[in-house]
Amino acid sequence: MSKNIKFLGLILSLIIIFIILLKGLNVSKDYSNEKLKSKIDFSLNAKKLFSDEIINISDLFDKNSPSVVNIWASWCAPCREEHQFLMKLKDMNINVIGINYKDSPKNAKNFLSLLGNPYSEVITDNDGTKSIEFGAIGVPETFIISGKTNEIIKKYIGPLTSENLIEIKNILKKNV
Amino acid sequence: MSNYLGNYSLYIALIASVYLMFKSYLDANSENKYLDKNFILITSIQTIMIMVSFFSLVAAFVISDFSNETVFNNSHTLKPLFYKVSGTWGNHEGSLLLWLLVLSIFLFIFLLNSRLQDTKYKLLTILFQQIIISGFLVFILLTSNPFKMLYPIPSEGLGLNPILQDPALAIHPPILYLGYVGTSIIFSASLASMISGNIGDKWASHIKKWVLVSWVFLTIGILLGSIWAYYELGWGGFWFWDPVENVSLMPWFCLTALLHTVIVLQKRNSFKEWTIILSITTFSLSMSGTFLVRSGILNSIHTFANDPSRGLYILSFLFILILMSILIFFYNQNKISNAAKENFILSKETAILVNNWFMMFFLSVVLVGTIYPIFLEVLNGSKISVGPPFYHNLLIPFLIPFLIFMSFGPSLKWIKDKLKNFNYNILIIFLVSLLISYVILTKTENSFLLSIPLIVLSIYLLLVTIKDFFISKSSISQKISHFGFSLLITSIILNGLFSNEFNSNMKVGDERIFNEKVVKLKEVNVKNVDNYKSLKASFEVTNKNSSFALYPEVRIYQQPLTITSEADIKTTLFSDNFLVFNILKDDGYYNVRYQYKPLMIWIWISTILISFGGLLSVIRKNEQKY
Repeated sequence: MSKNIKFLGLILSLIIIFIILLKGLNVSKDYSNEKLKSKIDFSLNAKKLFSDEIINISDLFDKNSPSVVNIWASWCAPCREEHQFLMKLKDMNINVIGINYKDSPKNAKNFLSLLGNPYSEVITDNDGTKSIEFGAIGVPETFIISGKTNEIIKKYIGPLTSENLIEIKNILKKNV
Repeated sequence: MSNYLGNYSLYIALIASVYLMFKSYLDANSENKYLDKNFILITSIQTIMIMVSFFSLVAAFVISDFSNETVFNNSHTLKPLFYKVSGTWGNHEGSLLLWLLVLSIFLFIFLLNSRLQDTKYKLLTILFQQIIISGFLVFILLTSNPFKMLYPIPSEGLGLNPILQDPALAIHPPILYLGYVGTSIIFSASLASMISGNIGDKWASHIKKWVLVSWVFLTIGILLGSIWAYYELGWGGFWFWDPVENVSLMPWFCLTALLHTVIVLQKRNSFKEWTIILSITTFSLSMSGTFLVRSGILNSIHTFANDPSRGLYILSFLFILILMSILIFFYNQNKISNAAKENFILSKETAILVNNWFMMFFLSVVLVGTIYPIFLEVLNGSKISVGPPFYHNLLIPFLIPFLIFMSFGPSLKWIKDKLKNFNYNILIIFLVSLLISYVILTKTENSFLLSIPLIVLSIYLLLVTIKDFFISKSSISQKISHFGFSLLITSIILNGLFSNEFNSNMKVGDERIFNEKVVKLKEVNVKNVDNYKSLKASFEVTNKNSSFALYPEVRIYQQPLTITSEADIKTTLFSDNFLVFNILKDDGYYNVRYQYKPLMIWIWISTILISFGGLLSVIRKNEQKY
């Protein structure tokens, strides 16, 4: 009897795990639809990386045009790979706001002085809560956020590629 | 041409697989005493067909046949031959073909190597292994065929990411796969032995070889990935807790547990069910690794946007296999005869059990960190991210009891040991390690309470494992592996505590003093090389009485404009000195980053020692037999 219960319990939990993973497969493909409608809470406060000054997140965004937000950390290997593309965005005169995720300020500053600073402003996110507010699940992630409606227009998970750059440029042009 | 050859030989292999499945199922139910000669023949035909398919893909890469879509997406005519060949498995389709090749070769070797085993057991192993092989064959043919054709034929390929063009990374996947796939034989064999009811000491000594071989390859595979991360990414770390790294670490924990448990089965004929459960879990974890990496469900440097049908297929296949093994396990559980055996708390059996608990704990932490974000997202839409702090906070405190345990566990006797066996050597060793730790700790400002027991215990364990070389009666392979492990832990802990770095802007001729070292930027040579401009700096690092030079480089590529930094690493037995520099906009100034990383090379050496111990055990096993 107890053997049957063990068996059924195992099979049942297996089925639950299967369903969750199956849904997980679809969820991660869904970023471009419903998830994007979520609004960013602009009332959050955050500390700047370079000046330790506390500001309101809404001050970072331009009300009339979309902004690019990049979540990164110095310990994250793919961030380093993607960094060259962020520098290119800077060369294209596109403002990128950086969110430094669960990082020590010293390492973060070293990272930027070594590889160059592509960001117009960097805010720190020591405990990872601000990134969660943006719906990020890891580093690096890049968002295009409308300054008018606070909505996420586009989201890139993982390191940017050169194809993404062209797309970002076009989206920004279209939404001005 | 090679496209057709590769494609059709896969179909022939699939037919062979279906034939073998039916034939082995039918024969297993009859009372045949001997294995039909056809099995070896058909299996070798299948292996040869998959080889033909694999090598026709290699050939397509070597001659840069861009009519093949896989080659077009992942290769380039200007790539060196070595990376053309390694490009074969540097992509999704090719890596699966390699996986399949290893699967069939391993089955073939298994058949040649198990002549003395029971026929029914062999037939069932063939059956389960063929289920896995056919699953992968269908997966490749349906969703990831590496022989898709392109027309019109492009004149040039898209190339391979330069960061992936590295010798360690080129051989990293095949080695890792040998480890992963080796666990499939353990899986099939344990299910087969469950049904045929031959689990016991004899089966244990037969399967132990496969456990060891998979474990050695998995260890070396993980090491190579780590070496690549250190030298190529050049960010001073060797382990990033990236989901794809975790996915290779999870089967390793499980396999390490199995490696110890199988010895209990061999020597004492107990832990039967636990051995089977571990065998099933190890393979399931290897397969889950494939699912997590290949389906794109995880976000990581290694994963790429993929066809969702691939994820669905591997997920279903994985769960069918797990379901099948659970059914077989419960249905045949009563066949396992567990003669009541006395178990004493102070015995080698208990020691190995505790080792297993620790392995299962480490495994759970890594599993939760890797999988939980996916679950949470599905269940309530919230997103969390798990980074290195999570793993460090959960794993490091538990290293303390683990290290204590490992210092005496391996020397306990089977069945029952006595506390009287405590001797004063151990006390002396402990005092010596306290002394060494004190000397080490006075040299660092870092004084977290946690780091003191960690240093003391890791050095203590290191000394104990050295002592064991002279005193303990255990096998030489175990001594080497355990010594390697304690060396690894000590190196990692000391490396973590004593690594330091400085970052500064310097002009030519400038000197900076850092931790009693003088770093001087002597000159920067500008040179035009092929397609880039090279700025090679010459630094001199002077320590009290010695000095050495470092030559980091900055490369400026024009088409398209890319700047890359090539670090220079000076490796000695005691430390790595890592120097990288970059151009600043202000004239004449360079940004310089210097890192001092002690005992870096010992992390690699100790891991090699760990796997060497395993390898030695495989070889010695054969010597005993013949």
